[in-house]
Amino acid sequence: MPINLYIFLALALFSIGVIGVLTRRNAIIIFMCIELMLNAVNLLLVAFSKMHLADSMAAGAAPTLTNGVDAQLFVFFIMVVAAAEVTVGLAIIVMMYRNIHSVDVNFLNRLKN
Amino acid sequence: MNITEILFWLLTAVALGGALLVVTSKNPVYSVLALIATFFALSGHYILLNAQFLAVVNLIVYAGAIMVLFLFVIMLMNLNTETEPQKNKWLKLAGTIAGGCFLLVLVAALRDADSKSTMALVGSGDTGLIQNLGKALFNEYVIPFEISSVLFLSAMVGAVVLGKK
Repeated sequence: MPINLYIFLALALFSIGVIGVLTRRNAIIIFMCIELMLNAVNLLLVAFSKMHLADSMAAGAAPTLTNGVDAQLFVFFIMVVAAAEVTVGLAIIVMMYRNIHSVDVNFLNRLKN
Repeated sequence: MNITEILFWLLTAVALGGALLVVTSKNPVYSVLALIATFFALSGHYILLNAQFLAVVNLIVYAGAIMVLFLFVIMLMNLNTETEPQKNKWLKLAGTIAGGCFLLVLVAALRDADSKSTMALVGSGDTGLIQNLGKALFNEYVIPFEISSVLFLSAMVGAVVLGKK
């Protein structure tokens, strides 16, 4: 597939995530939109990894098995960090709900009291 | 139009439709379900790119663990359409226009980008197989892998400390 299509798909997913962060007030939905943006970047990294593999094959070099491994391991580590981030973030949201009985981010605009 | 292209456009439609539903649906539970559909479509894209390990990890970690955690928290708080806070419609319109301009600028900038190759290899290449990724992970990337275990430990401690307050 042309790499441009993957770039446009990832950009569209990322922009939908940005729109969600800008237009919603529910903290959990904002958090889910951040996950959407992370996944758009992951898709782009995997597509570029396969692009470099195709490139090295087209250059006539013997296709070694390590071409493009780095990008896919980056995606793996992004998933690891995202999982850790979600646990802490959801703990913070649950604590916020216990304190102010709402998940509306507008109640937190002063960060005191 | 061969089978690969049909699958690509089908998965793209599911991913974009799911992402739009996440942003637009009033009920947070529907948002979570739409996000799970989006993650399944992205896993399909990974399989199409022959990145099998990442496809399975994406299903297990994202669609399995993380989204169940989201669903659990939403059901714990008993969120539904009535309790959903709404921005006023001018702010929504401004946010949508800002995101649309962001998309427009990035697409215009990257449309004629000068990349080394213009095709992504679909359906072949051994890069994404678990054997090659595992060898690279436990040889060159063994130190980041061990550090990520410390990160998980600190995240676990942080979640427990925040939850006990």
